[in-house]
Amino acid sequence: MNALSGRRYVIAIIFIVVSLIYLMRLFYIQVLNDSYKMSANNNVLRYMTEYPARGLVYDREGVLLVYNEAAYDLMVTPRQVKQIDTIDFCETVGITKQQFIKKMKQVKAYSPYKESIFEKQLSKETYAALQEKLYKFKGFFVQARTLRKYPQEIAAHTLGYVGEVSEKITEKNPYYKSGDYIGISGIEKSYEEELRGKKGLKIMMVDVFNRPKGRFKDGMYDTTAISGQNLISSLSARLQKYGEQLLQNKSGAIVAIDPSTGEILACISGPSYNPNLLVGRERTKNYGKLFMDKSLPLFNRALMAYYPPGSTFKLLNGLIGEQEQVTFRETRYPCNRGYPVMGGKPKCHPHPSPMDLPGAVSTSCNSYFCYVFRSIIDNRKKYPNVVAGYNAWRDYVLSFGVGVKIHTDLPQELPGNVPTQKYYDKYFGKNGWKSSTIVSLSIGQGELGVTPLQMANIICSIANKGYYYTPHIVKGIGEKKQPRDEYKVKHYTKVEPQYFEPIIDGMQGAVDHGTSTSARLKDIVVCGKTGTAQNPHGKDHSVFVAFAPRDNPKIAVAVLVENGGWGATWAVPIGGLMIEKYLRDSISKPDMEKRMLEGIVLSTEKKSKDDE
Amino acid sequence: MRKTQEGIFRNIDWITVIMYLILVAMGWINIYASVYNEEHQLITDLTQKYGKQMIWIGTSLAIALVILIVDGNFYAAVAWPLWIIILISLVAVLFLGTEISGSKSWFKFGEFGVQPAEFAKFATAMVLAKYLSQLDIKMTDNRTKFISAALIGIPILLILLENETGVALVFFAFILVLYREGLSGNFLLLGVIVVILFILTLLVDKLILIVALALISGVLFLFMRKTRQNIILLSSLFVLSSGVIYSVDYAYSHLQSHQKKRIDVFLGKESDIKKAGYNVNQSLIAIGSGGLSGKGFLNGTQTKYDFVPEQSTDFIFCTVGEEWGFAGTALVVVMFLLLLLRILFIAERQRSPFSRIYAYGVASIIFFHLMVNIGMTIGLAPVIGIPLPFFSYGGSSLWSFTILLFILIKLDAYRLEILR
Repeated sequence: MNALSGRRYVIAIIFIVVSLIYLMRLFYIQVLNDSYKMSANNNVLRYMTEYPARGLVYDREGVLLVYNEAAYDLMVTPRQVKQIDTIDFCETVGITKQQFIKKMKQVKAYSPYKESIFEKQLSKETYAALQEKLYKFKGFFVQARTLRKYPQEIAAHTLGYVGEVSEKITEKNPYYKSGDYIGISGIEKSYEEELRGKKGLKIMMVDVFNRPKGRFKDGMYDTTAISGQNLISSLSARLQKYGEQLLQNKSGAIVAIDPSTGEILACISGPSYNPNLLVGRERTKNYGKLFMDKSLPLFNRALMAYYPPGSTFKLLNGLIGEQEQVTFRETRYPCNRGYPVMGGKPKCHPHPSPMDLPGAVSTSCNSYFCYVFRSIIDNRKKYPNVVAGYNAWRDYVLSFGVGVKIHTDLPQELPGNVPTQKYYDKYFGKNGWKSSTIVSLSIGQGELGVTPLQMANIICSIANKGYYYTPHIVKGIGEKKQPRDEYKVKHYTKVEPQYFEPIIDGMQGAVDHGTSTSARLKDIVVCGKTGTAQNPHGKDHSVFVAFAPRDNPKIAVAVLVENGGWGATWAVPIGGLMIEKYLRDSISKPDMEKRMLEGIVLSTEKKSKDDE
Repeated sequence: MRKTQEGIFRNIDWITVIMYLILVAMGWINIYASVYNEEHQLITDLTQKYGKQMIWIGTSLAIALVILIVDGNFYAAVAWPLWIIILISLVAVLFLGTEISGSKSWFKFGEFGVQPAEFAKFATAMVLAKYLSQLDIKMTDNRTKFISAALIGIPILLILLENETGVALVFFAFILVLYREGLSGNFLLLGVIVVILFILTLLVDKLILIVALALISGVLFLFMRKTRQNIILLSSLFVLSSGVIYSVDYAYSHLQSHQKKRIDVFLGKESDIKKAGYNVNQSLIAIGSGGLSGKGFLNGTQTKYDFVPEQSTDFIFCTVGEEWGFAGTALVVVMFLLLLLRILFIAERQRSPFSRIYAYGVASIIFFHLMVNIGMTIGLAPVIGIPLPFFSYGGSSLWSFTILLFILIKLDAYRLEILR
């Protein structure tokens, strides 16, 4: 046996080697390798998001425009569903037995332990009925969440709507998780960060069956949700509502701005829709309907539709002529029912001739502004050629916020179109065009595309005699009740203040005794200008721009009624009513109001409504 | 009274006893942590596993005391009858036992159960010691090898019939005893080769494996001295290996699906961590997340919230790893190693071969349990459901290890009174 006693060492070594291997392995997985710690946390920690209340939106007079309404989702944890009266359940929730079986299969397939939505957004009645019986339906519970509500049922385009985030957004922005809500259009989108607040996080520990077992480290790492900030919109709910009524059964847009601040008072696109349609259960269905509607209710004409500004553009040309020292108050040009230089084209309507600058504005003389336009572009003392002259003219136009984005706080804004020199070079060939080729620009026709918002903004610049504040829809954010800083800055046009007087005189004349007399108000000096925008797709658009009162202007308005014909037919009365409604809150011409409210302007567009 | 006590405890190896007590206490504390229930905070609460474990510990100590009181000659004398009784009960349980999760190995008495297979371990250790300690026995004799193999093989067979594969595998540990008593080291080596071939067969196609073996044999043939003996050895090795490969392949294809899965997961062939690999994965997460110093007593989330299965029995080591970290696991491993080395030391100081051989049996069984149980929790061994000695919850296991160890302590204490 002695020969064998050495074997004890072999056996001892086997014991020691195995122990050492195990110790090394333990050291590796416990000390060197961190991945298991993560896995343990993933197992046991559940990150529960606490959703903050989204901010409310009020109008400038304190009227509530948007709030949150409680909605109830019926949730289920399949594993806990035991011995329920299926028939009673189906009746209470309002589904069939087949639907019940199908739904249960779906949620079970997702997870037997985790809760999932069984039925979204129960109606109040269903919720009330269910609440009483819920104790009988083990495994089911109701989760409250919030839906946006729009009590005034106005300004759908402007207020916008919220919806679930898309995958694109969750990939780009880590704040959002699948299933979160986000503003998709309007104020809801452009003020998303202010409105949404900050999500809170509660870390819970759960066991293997996903049952909560208490807070992780007594809530040390939890954060509380911070509610979204309330917004004060510059909209006047009563004016907005009134404008929407005036525009019913018509297509077009009305934009009203307070020139002294740039605050948008009303922003109407017709036809519109009830913003509550895009909330809750029926949303997808309603959206589809609106999307397919031939009258394009989802299209925000106030910010996105390009219209030729028509005669309203004469105001700009007059101002540019004055600044360029080629037109003066006393400058007179002949008109022989048309522009004599080009053989009477463009045509003009009968009026006394020749007239001075204010008179030409009041009567909207085409010929006069063709002369003005030519004298700007063909000023060879200043500009060597037509291109230089045109570019100078274009720069003036751009300084009024036309042809460029003015960066309002509404997301859909488009820049409009003022053709570039390059465009004409391409279209007519280099050196192939002169001032007479593009003379239609002088009366606001041709390739010009201006949005109703931009039209209103031009009027703000005129009312302010040379500057504008960027139009914006939110005048107060949160506790501070201040707008964003960029909306407190004056933007100066390239026309100096002293040149505005003759134009404003002309606008006053147009309302007092010219083309826009139906916008006249007692004791309030209204300055306006009509337009009849020629429209290649159908009947002309009726346009009117105005501001009032003349001294210390409080409102600038642009009205466009598609296929409305003469400016004076629809746009002028509507503009006048808007001004009176805002300044006085009472209407002195009920007959005219009735005619406007009840009027129907049928769309004569041949194709879809893309004026681009 | 004092005199009797002195009589019982005289010459007792207190180091072993203290190590035993420490391991049992550590086990109890970890069982408490692994199934901790806030409504039953008392560790002595008998409605909870930790309360029941207290009963098992108490009864174990009583059994230990009885073992120490009994005369030292008694154990060698009852080795054969005890072994036979256990064999009979192994057969009886097949017919009279209660089926628990697919295996028929328990006698149920009300709430408590007894598993004869657990007791077969020390009975076999004793009978093996009794047989090999006879004067005229030589391990080199084929007859001795055969009888030894039968003494180990019969309980293995019966336990396999009960569907307790894990317990049956423990008996292969006795190869260490046979090696100590003179079995050629080649058998140990052969055992290692068989294990390697076993694993390779499951991983690699058997034809490729045999071609590879043939190539290796060919190369060996070219370079070795071509004596007759060598040629016979080489060719028989080749035939044997091929035989192992084919039989493993056959056995594997006839395994039950859950056993196959466990093997597949261990070999890394299957990585479906939601199903078969779930246990190992969660166990690794539990131990790995403990870090250097652990999450602290009762702060283990993996085990407390049931992510780790059977956390109080087979996977008790996870609680140690999660709550006490590497400090705790290293302490446990080192404690067991010291215990094993202490048993080897005790074995070699015996005058009686019976005591020595029995001691090696004890060391082998504890070692095998340790290797497989801890190995499976850290992904170094396949998941075989055998408990961690002295640690795991359960009466049969604690009793049988207590009996196993304390018979050795008694034999050791008695060694000076044996003449031979």
